[in-house]
Amino acid sequence: MLEVKDLKVRYGNIEALHGISFTVNKGEIVTLIGSNGAGKTTTLLSLSRLPKPEAPTVVSGDIIYNGESLLKIPPHEIVSKKRIALVPEGRHIFGNLTVNENLEIATYALDKGTDVKAGYDQVYSLFPRLYERRKQRSESLSGGEQQMLAVGRALMCGADFIMLDEPSMGLAPVLVQDMFKAMKVMNESGMTILLIEQNARIALQFAHRGYVINTGEIVATGTGAELMEDPEVKKAYLGG
Amino acid sequence: MGKYQQKTIMIGGGILFGLLLILAQFKMIDLYVQSVIMFIGVNIIFATSLSIVNGYMGEFSVGHAGFMAVGAYVSSLLSVILFTVDKETGMSILPPSMSIYLFPIIIIVGGIAAGIAGLLVAIPSFKTRDDYLAIITIAVNFIIITALNNMDFVGGSRGYMGMKKVIYGMEGIFKFPYMLFWVITFAIFTVFLIRRFITSTFGKGIIAIKQDEVAAEIMSVDTNHMKLVAFMFSSGLAGISGGLFAHVIGYVNPGSFSILKSTEGLVMVYLAGMGSLSGSVISAILFTILLELLRPLQIFKWVLIPLILIIVMQFRPEGLMGDKELSDYFPKLKKFYKFK
Repeated sequence: MLEVKDLKVRYGNIEALHGISFTVNKGEIVTLIGSNGAGKTTTLLSLSRLPKPEAPTVVSGDIIYNGESLLKIPPHEIVSKKRIALVPEGRHIFGNLTVNENLEIATYALDKGTDVKAGYDQVYSLFPRLYERRKQRSESLSGGEQQMLAVGRALMCGADFIMLDEPSMGLAPVLVQDMFKAMKVMNESGMTILLIEQNARIALQFAHRGYVINTGEIVATGTGAELMEDPEVKKAYLGG
Repeated sequence: MGKYQQKTIMIGGGILFGLLLILAQFKMIDLYVQSVIMFIGVNIIFATSLSIVNGYMGEFSVGHAGFMAVGAYVSSLLSVILFTVDKETGMSILPPSMSIYLFPIIIIVGGIAAGIAGLLVAIPSFKTRDDYLAIITIAVNFIIITALNNMDFVGGSRGYMGMKKVIYGMEGIFKFPYMLFWVITFAIFTVFLIRRFITSTFGKGIIAIKQDEVAAEIMSVDTNHMKLVAFMFSSGLAGISGGLFAHVIGYVNPGSFSILKSTEGLVMVYLAGMGSLSGSVISAILFTILLELLRPLQIFKWVLIPLILIIVMQFRPEGLMGDKELSDYFPKLKKFYKFK
């Protein structure tokens, strides 16, 4: 589904990714793990093609999505045409709107006449908590609920490929578990997921495959279970 | 909301406008009051156009008067060249009587010129964000003023005049308070236009940019495109206000579009509340009247007015109206006019 080929990107004069390659197949959960500054978020930003100044400049390499290069597509069409949704780091929900309105806004990218009710049903059955709070201004939600909303919003875009940037950030451990379980449910209903995580243990536990990224290069790859057993990975990311 | 009520406000407004024109026509209101009313109109256009960028889009443009200057000079030059006999521009190209019909078109051409100038500024400046836009727009304001100061064919720093001749020419054919009519017409037209713009899907995208730009982007809002269009639209309307301003006074000089004028615009927008169209209109009216009332204080009014701004920011930081419209405070008004 997604194939990243020898991608090199830079911020100004600093090269942040020195040629990374990885693939995500349809129906998979793939995770990119790595420490701070390894280039995880940079990878995601180059994939989502946000306009400058957010996104880095792609120097060389290619991003192929369903046989087509994403580099030639204007950023706003990534959602509306390619149906790739991003759950950005720090959630970025519209705080002055209610939960329901936030979800409604996500349908902005859908074609006219699309059945949006199914989308609401899916989001609210996945996150019953959001249903309880649907009339509340979203800035009054807790961190975990906001994260749920950000994921829910991505679901409403009609995406079949979701990229999540550190969904566990700032959440209590029990909420992290819930979040990953919800992701599993989404995956089982056909969603392909690319997940960026610092919390390597839980990410590898839920992912089909994983890549370890370190200072802009992929240093290890394998299935979730394989990486969990890898002595190098164990030492560096799982705490021995 | 019934169609009937909506018509009421249109008819009511029309009668009021007509009455005003009749009073002006028969000199029942003196020229000073007329000129204050015209300045209110000009300021309404200026403030509401700035509120698109600074209020609804949440960016911080500080050089709005620069675009006003572009509109003022372009339309002034056009009307003088086209309709008057001038020792520098020679014979009039068109018969002066045509100015009656062509005047609004000249003002709009000035607006289009300002819009193009705005686009030229917007293309590089929206590659940056936040404070940088403010810095760039200040710089643009200075560039425009300095350029005008050094252009001899528009009089340099002495200023440019001759527009009064056009107006007198129009009045010579048929006595009518043309400027009063056009200023108010353009002001009403601007407010309606901005309201439509803001309440459209496109406008919702602009408000989304203000709330959270990244979120807007990942919701497939083409933020770069929208920012360019909004900025161009805003500076184009500023150009219209400039053209009207020039013809009301009959004289323009670069000094009247300095950073101080831009600041006046900012004061009006922030006094009004960011993201309130009726607020911008009200504060443009109040501000203009206040400026006139404080005339006896001379230069000290520029101590008092910023002080008012400080007090408002202290006790009502969201501005007089915040992001609410008049109808949110007085719901009964919704019967007559749909604010958003």
